Formats: sequence, C-alpha cells, structure tokens
Amino acid sequence: VSAVTARRTPAPFGRRRGLIEANRAAGAYRVLEVTDPGGPTPRPGQFYMLAADERWGGGDAERPFLPRAFSFLRAGDGRLEFLLEDVGPGTHRLAELRPGDGLWLTGPLGIGFARPEDGRAPVLVGGGIGIVPLAGWQDEIGGPALLGFRSAAHAEAAALLTDADVATDDGSVGHDGPVTDLLAESLDADPDAVVYACGPPAMLEAVRALCAGRGVPAQLAMESGMACGFGACFGCVVPTREGYVRLCLDGPVLDAADLDTALVPGTGH
Amino acid sequence: LIDFCGIELAHPIVNGSGTFDAIAARRTFGDALLADFPFAAFVSKTVTLEPRQGNPPPRLWEQPAGLINSIGLPNRGLRGYLDHDLPALAELPVPLIVNVMGFTRAEVGELVAAFAERVEVAALELNVSCPNVESGLIMGADPSETAALVEHVRPLTGKPLIVKLTPNATDVGAVAAAAEGAGADAVSLINTLRGMALDPRTREPWLGGGTGGVSGPAVRAIALAQVREVASRVTLPVVGMGGVAHGRDADDLLRAGAALVAVGTESFRDPRAGARVAGELADLLSKRSKTTPETGSIETPKTGVK
Repeated sequence: VSAVTARRTPAPFGRRRGLIEANRAAGAYRVLEVTDPGGPTPRPGQFYMLAADERWGGGDAERPFLPRAFSFLRAGDGRLEFLLEDVGPGTHRLAELRPGDGLWLTGPLGIGFARPEDGRAPVLVGGGIGIVPLAGWQDEIGGPALLGFRSAAHAEAAALLTDADVATDDGSVGHDGPVTDLLAESLDADPDAVVYACGPPAMLEAVRALCAGRGVPAQLAMESGMACGFGACFGCVVPTREGYVRLCLDGPVLDAADLDTALVPGTGH
Repeated sequence: LIDFCGIELAHPIVNGSGTFDAIAARRTFGDALLADFPFAAFVSKTVTLEPRQGNPPPRLWEQPAGLINSIGLPNRGLRGYLDHDLPALAELPVPLIVNVMGFTRAEVGELVAAFAERVEVAALELNVSCPNVESGLIMGADPSETAALVEHVRPLTGKPLIVKLTPNATDVGAVAAAAEGAGADAVSLINTLRGMALDPRTREPWLGGGTGGVSGPAVRAIALAQVREVASRVTLPVVGMGGVAHGRDADDLLRAGAALVAVGTESFRDPRAGARVAGELADLLSKRSKTTPETGSIETPKTGVK
C-alpha cells in the first residue's frame, strides 16, 4: 500500500443519491446521518460534495446552486455522518433535511491525513466545525484532542471526540482563550509530536506558525470555496511554496511545511 | 453518428472548454471515467504559449442560479501541454479539441502551428473571448480583429478551426460572420459574461481578479438568443452552450440552430452531467419524431420590439 493510497479512497464516477437517516443536534451544530449503500469507505481527511436532491438550484430555488464540500465525521458500513452549522443558504438547506430526504453525494474526494512518522505522538487540534475530520482520524490513531469553540453551545460538539481538552473564546467552558494556548502547553510537555489541525483560517495560521517555530511537523486540513470537488473548476486554489494547488486534488490536507501562510483569501466565514 | 467538420461524434453533447479537467477527473474517479466518458468529444482547457499560474484567490462566487469565476487560464504552457497533457488526453475514448489563446496574432499562430501536425488533435478552438484576461476582449469583440486573426492562422493548419465567440461584443453575429469569411470551420458560443460581486464585509470586489465570467442557468436565455442570432448569420456549424443543465436546454439550443451543444457549469454539480443531458436529449428527440417533427428555423417578427 503506497503512502498516497493509504490517504485516499477513490470515488465512484459521478454523484449518487444517499438518504438522510437522521438529523440530530450536537450543541450548536447538526449531525446528518446518511445512507450510502455501496459507497466506498473514505480515509480520514477526505471529503464529499453534498447537495439536497430537491430545492437545490436548477428549479425554483436560486441558491444554493453549487454542491458544498464537507469532510465526513465518521463512516463505515454504507453510512456516512456529516456535521454542519446553519450559516448560509447551503448549510441552511442541508440542516432542514429530514429522514427519508435524498442527498446527492460525490466522493470520497481529495487526500486525507498521513500517519505519524518515527514514533511522533499525534496531537489533534480543532476549531469549531473544523473538529470534523479529526474524529475519524482519532478513532484510527488516537491522541489527545485540543478543541476550540466560540461558546458553550458550540463546545457541546467536543463530545463527538474522546479525550478532548476544550477552550472557548468567551471562557464559558474550559480554557478561556485560543486553542493554540493548549497546543503550546502540550508541545512544552512533549515536543516529539505531530500536529493534525483543522479549523478557521486564523487558527490554522496560528497552529502553522507555532509548529514552524518549534520544528514540529503539522498537517492542516484546509478549506476553500469549491464548485466541483474533482479538479474541473480550478476555483479552490491555495498558494503554496510550489505555487497554487487545487485543494480538492492535492488537499484538503496539506503539509504545513509547504505553506508560507494558512490564511487564504476568501476562506472562513 | 454526427458529422462535425468531418469528425464523427457519437452524440451532440461535448464540454465547454475549461469546465472539465479529464486528467484530474481520471485521478479522482479512475478508469471508470474512460469506460463511461460523458462527452462525445473533449475540449481541453485553454493553453497559452507560456505557463500561467492563473488569478489569485478567491476565484469563485456563487450567484443566483449560477457562478462567477475568475480563474485566469492557469495552464502548463505549450511545452508542458505537449509533454504532460497531450499524452494523457490522447488516452480518452473520444476526439480531442484543443483550445488555444495568445496575446498576439503571432502567438496564436505559433500555438496553432504546434498542434497542426499532432494526430492526437482532431480540431482547434481559438479562445478570442476569455473576459478574465486583459487582452481576451480585444480579438473577439471586433469583427475586423477576429477576421485578421483567423486569416493569420488559417494557412497554418488543415485541422478544423472553431472560433469561440465572446458574448461581450456589440454584435456577435457580425463577429461570427467575420470568422466565417476569414475561413473558420465552426463557431462556438457563448463564453461567460463579464460580471462582478462585492465582498459583503469589505465592500471591495470579492474575486481576486476583480471581475469574472458569469455562467450557469442564469445565462441560458442569453445563450439561446445569441446562438439563434449567430446561426441566422452564418452557414458554419455552431456549438451552442450556456446554462445547459437538462436535455430540454440542449434541445432548445439545437432548435435555435446549434449543431452541437456543450455542457459547462452543470458538470461541477454533476460530474456525469454530459452523459445525462445526452440521454435526456435522445429521449426528447425520439418522442418528438413519433409525433410532430420540427422543420425550418425559428421565425421572429421583423417588427418585434426587443
């Protein structure tokens, strides 16, 4: 098994129709449980393009029009779980889906996380909705999860991972301050770590800078607006030291050492 | 089978240039892409003489029933295309149409000449219409500029030459007629319409390139009118495109005078959209042939107010 195959399950050609099995609250978020019979099992860090099969462009609705990219929370046995927060027309439509509703799925797409090298201990750092790809990865490789949230309601989603140490912006739960404070403490205690991070651009940039300063390897699961998810639109480029890369093909997990910055124009909310 | 400029095609649905990367799609979906290729011919993304990184992000903005893109023609350049892209695209099970763009007539001539002898290439499409790059407007917005370009490159190849027209022209029919007069074999339209969006927070242009090209169902009515206009002005085959999402949209463009129809933005929503549209179109045509076959072209009142 090559290094890349271990990080990537290829997608069946085309989109397929899954069915919503459940739509349940997780604090300020929703967890969508979707059946995907016959779909392959993705690797942690990979993502899917999702669109409701009704009222999603083309007909009466003006927006959403394009499918939306989502990392999966957990997968297996022909089922997929996604986490979302109702922040715009796409997530709003997805959040209102009910059991039995159809969901277009294309995926799994992109390249996921790489396993730790030479005995480095994994540390998972998540911010907000960015905790998603870390859940399945933690199931596989373990390690503590340092999770930052805006508020206590959002922080309830920390229960989706195990062994979580929480920080909140408003100090209502856990550490009062940025999650990178927790990461700095963790790296003080054990510098022989590898960091896996996903979260808003400012958090990822703080993680990147912290790890770069300490010579700690880091893999960042990044976000960028995508129209297609399979390399067709060239819209999701992220600047790296080698030039622009399409995040859907060469990411969404990028090696922090390839980046001068994790701040990409147009990302984040 | 359909004959398009001497090229045999299995059905009338192709892709719009720059809306499907067959190499990336094969990486993503594997050889299932080849077994089930969605288009009757593949039109590759614009190649320029020198490599281009493309425009800075953000490059996309979703708008009502469509998309604004500001990609900026990233590509490996002619040398990189010949070394890397062409061998991979030659493995596709359908004819290959290479789209080229230059910043001067001489550059376009160099590109056309480089592909003239390549057996992997069935036809060439001249991008005179990309609104994202400064000089893209110049050649395709003016009939005499278009004629001068086609006259310059026509002697350089025996392969079919398709001129991809820009909708951002005062009289697209006149540009099409100029292309025909100068020796083009076909025209294709519409390319994207120039548009922009503002960042709701900063109140500055959202797209890294400032403005971009609007595509998707939002432009479908404009495409239909322009295809009809062009088809009434030239005898060349017309490749019609703009907001095609279903067989009925392709059916409309054929009725307006198109010989082929391209699917673009819809492939972003549905990777197999080309095959789906072709199937829906075949069903429509088959049903109609059993009832009332259409004849002639669309008539519009000469005195009608637009």
